[in-house]
Amino acid sequence: MSWLSSFWRTSIGGKMTMAVTGLLLFGFVVAHLLGNLQLLQGPDAINEYAKMLHDLGPLLWVARIGLLVVFVVHVVTAVRLSQANKQARPVPYASEATVQATMASRSMVLSGLSLLVFVIYHLLHFTLGVTNPGHFAMKTSGAGGFDVYAMVSNSFANPAIALAYAAFQLVLFLHLSHGIQSFAQTVGIHHKRYTPMIKTLSFLLALVVAGGNALLALSVQVGLVEVAR
Amino acid sequence: MKVTLHIWRQSQPSDRHAQSARDFQRDGRMVRYELDDVSPDMSFLEMLDVLNEHLIKKGEEPVAFDHDCREGICGACGVVINGVAHGPEKGTTTCQLHMRSFRDGAEIYVEPWRAKAFPVVRDLIVDRSAFDRVVQNGAYVSVNTGAPQDANATPVPKADADKAFDAATCIGCGACVAACKNASAMLFVGAKVSHFVHLPQGRVEREERARNLVTAMDEEGFGNCTNQYECEAVCPKEIPVRVIADMNREFLRAKVREE
Repeated sequence: MSWLSSFWRTSIGGKMTMAVTGLLLFGFVVAHLLGNLQLLQGPDAINEYAKMLHDLGPLLWVARIGLLVVFVVHVVTAVRLSQANKQARPVPYASEATVQATMASRSMVLSGLSLLVFVIYHLLHFTLGVTNPGHFAMKTSGAGGFDVYAMVSNSFANPAIALAYAAFQLVLFLHLSHGIQSFAQTVGIHHKRYTPMIKTLSFLLALVVAGGNALLALSVQVGLVEVAR
Repeated sequence: MKVTLHIWRQSQPSDRHAQSARDFQRDGRMVRYELDDVSPDMSFLEMLDVLNEHLIKKGEEPVAFDHDCREGICGACGVVINGVAHGPEKGTTTCQLHMRSFRDGAEIYVEPWRAKAFPVVRDLIVDRSAFDRVVQNGAYVSVNTGAPQDANATPVPKADADKAFDAATCIGCGACVAACKNASAMLFVGAKVSHFVHLPQGRVEREERARNLVTAMDEEGFGNCTNQYECEAVCPKEIPVRVIADMNREFLRAKVREE
């Protein structure tokens, strides 16, 4: 434990913590998308999937707590590193210029904070049922669990909610497109041939994940998913 | 040609331990100068020399700036020009930048390297001894190799020699720190790690070196790399960010193998 905390406190240890927790969170986002794509298959598929997850019981809580820990470590480390970065340049340049840094790389703190706000809203909306308790009225589905299909389709039937979710996917795209390739560089993977490939892959993966999520958010609006009565 | 200069003037040295930006910049401020006898063939530093002659004639304090060889190899010179360390030309030190790179009537902002670890000594001169202290913590080979050996007695594959040499071209000017959005020194320190780790002589102390260099870098108060690669874009020796990946890998290896 002391090894881990002393490693975390170094600059490179902090960077690697960001990289590893970031990759784990990316893995979660991919699994989240793959699971939720079953929304397009109709009520039975997604409701059975939801029941299967809920039936995991204690395992579900292990996964939830694990995810929360990873998320908190990612945020706390980001705060520590970006504060140190701010302190490292007390006087800003009178004339600022950027030569080759991408917009995504320059906005990581901003996109990260936006995603934090989004995740909190998302949990209040779909997990805790605070923001739209009407949608959350837990009906029993045909599969015997919660009717997730009804909750999601009723929510995304609201154009404001659907657009807000879709808009946040742009932020997710920015964050992931820099984050995935950054992981490789930070853990020391850099190669003449593979690094350009990793950069392209990073862009494509971010596009697919954010695009898939946006598709789900807009699914009701474009008529891919029917609203459950 | 004519140029309008906005130059950072600061007569009192920055306090390294200053808590606020105001204490750090002391009496520093941007001052405007008009210069109308500039030749496009002048180097940037020669243009500053001309300005200083005018200032001296007027009885004003000349602008202090660092320079030495003026051949682009010593690493002494370096200012941020219109927000870009060493100015607009790629792979060029300030002394090798010429006024033909600017259009007639250009507005040019000239500022010192801005980093907490590089306190301003005066005007455009910063104290880069933080780099020296990092180097003192392991950017060398301390194993005794005996009397000079025959050339090529220790074979080094060409690819490894090239990687080491790419890193060894570092002149320690500090442009990487100045260009980094976080004032991180990771391109410089990465170059020191990469310089040695690809050579058999350097590999003996690789773990100790990676640990010590990173510790020394962190103690100096540089920022942390966020993989934006602005350092690589301004490096006059065009050192690739591959050296940062090398350092990350070496540091992880050293930490994992720590006893």
